[in-house]
Amino acid sequence: MAGFDFAVYISVFVEMMGSLLWVLVALAVAGTAGFLFVVSREGTIHSRRLLRAELLGVLGGFAALALMAYVTISGFTDAGGPVDWLLIGIIWGVGLAGTTIVAYAIMGLVDIMLGRVPGRPARAG
Amino acid sequence: MEPFTNMPPGMGLDRRTLLKLGAAGSVLAGMGGIAARPAGATPVSVETTAKIVVIGAGAAGLATASRLSKRLKGATITLIDARKRHLYQPGYTLVAAGLKPQDYPISRTEQYVPAGVDWIQEAAEEIDPEAGKVVTESGKEVAYDYLVVAAGIHLDYDAIDGMEINQIGKEGLGSHYLGPEAAYATWREMSRFVELGGTAVFQRPATEMKCAGAPLKYTFLMDDRLRQQGTRANSEVIYVAHTDNLFSVPIVHEKVRMLFEDRGVDVRYSHVLREIDLGSKEAVFEAPDGVQTIKYDFINVIPPMRAAQVVRDSPLPWQDGSAWARDGWIEVDKHTMRHPRYPNVFAVGDNAGVPKGKTAASVKWQVPVAVDHLVADIAGVDSDAVYDGYTSCPLITQMGRAMLIEFDYKNNLTPSFPGVIAPLEELWITWVMKTIALKPTYIAMLRGEA
Repeated sequence: MAGFDFAVYISVFVEMMGSLLWVLVALAVAGTAGFLFVVSREGTIHSRRLLRAELLGVLGGFAALALMAYVTISGFTDAGGPVDWLLIGIIWGVGLAGTTIVAYAIMGLVDIMLGRVPGRPARAG
Repeated sequence: MEPFTNMPPGMGLDRRTLLKLGAAGSVLAGMGGIAARPAGATPVSVETTAKIVVIGAGAAGLATASRLSKRLKGATITLIDARKRHLYQPGYTLVAAGLKPQDYPISRTEQYVPAGVDWIQEAAEEIDPEAGKVVTESGKEVAYDYLVVAAGIHLDYDAIDGMEINQIGKEGLGSHYLGPEAAYATWREMSRFVELGGTAVFQRPATEMKCAGAPLKYTFLMDDRLRQQGTRANSEVIYVAHTDNLFSVPIVHEKVRMLFEDRGVDVRYSHVLREIDLGSKEAVFEAPDGVQTIKYDFINVIPPMRAAQVVRDSPLPWQDGSAWARDGWIEVDKHTMRHPRYPNVFAVGDNAGVPKGKTAASVKWQVPVAVDHLVADIAGVDSDAVYDGYTSCPLITQMGRAMLIEFDYKNNLTPSFPGVIAPLEELWITWVMKTIALKPTYIAMLRGEA
């Protein structure tokens, strides 16, 4: 019956977010696919690009917390117990991971389209 | 405590599945788990030509019609209710505290009436279980093989001398149970009151009532609003309980008593509101020491509640001379929701005469049980679905925090997430559920999908 249970969750999330749910799902799928495409095409993960994506990811984590605070008319300052800090960590982590993957994919696709290879920084001399 | 120990067989959401679904799933616990499965030997789907009438298109009536239409092929299902607006009543407290807009609880009934269900847009005027028919206000007779009564509740404002509902929203008078408009008018009075402070009085009736946690939540929210405004020190917040406790579940009563003490709420026990003088702003209570008068600057009046008139006029209520009989709650087996004198009649939702919870969470768990027994009757088998009284109450204790209280007929706490979401702890995650996850879960319930 696990499949049925999952279907119930889906119907609740559809009620909660409407078409935004499918936009987010599409973004997650496209972002992950783009990330995998870039990695397989380049055959490696470029550390400088990853670092830039992670810095954006940190901001994405805070954006996720801000969005949650907005829709719940409250915020992480209302945390009252360990499960709240866990929830805050999960929200921040999802924002971080999602933004990092999407940002890395976009930067990678741009580089591929422009024929750039993000190499090591040019050395003087 | 193991979750769902007392849950209907086959009706609990498997905990491992839940844990696998993780944190996203956890926010949906407020209505008491998500999945309901048909129990025992009852077939999921049955072909029949049975005529089924559902009275009432509120939460219980719509959820029943949706589930029946999914499980019965060829049945004639008729829904009788004149109301074109559907009201998400758990949202009233949020509207009355200025947290949600006036139209937040409002949608249209037609959005949830399942395809194939015949909706008669009239009030039911008469129930005749001997003849097996319902008569509508226009005199139309609708015969049935099975009847599900979900006619809801009557707010008996007339039982309070001096109360005038057209004065709600004026001169410190609030009453957030009457509807979205009254809830918003109550918010206007609350927001005006907190600017200067004064004496705020909260009470509940001595009858059965829907969502017995709401008067407590609203008291906590007033306390918080006064603190935010900086006028708490000039104010007195009085909670008037109708018995010697604040909540029918003893362990919850103790927790709320401690929180009220912490917040400086003045509690008066065993007081019942009998009269209100809207001019002099005085509420008159019947108390053990005789009549007590409390002057107020703001009051939230919650009137006595009884079963809907059409139910009280019928032979369906309890006949044992009890308070339940007097208020017209329908006699049902509390575990199956079946009427003992009319076995082809079921009652679900607020009008059912069962000991606990007139809440959406109760509906969530009552409806699948009643539907399963009805479908089993048609299929000629026995259902082993059981309703154990489960209900839940996200008890708001301040803006941004609530306690997820879940319990059953035995006053046992039945936490869905033991060790993760502690039932008597003020948590943000419970507030998150209340503000964003409960309404979608409720809507999915109306559609028979949760």
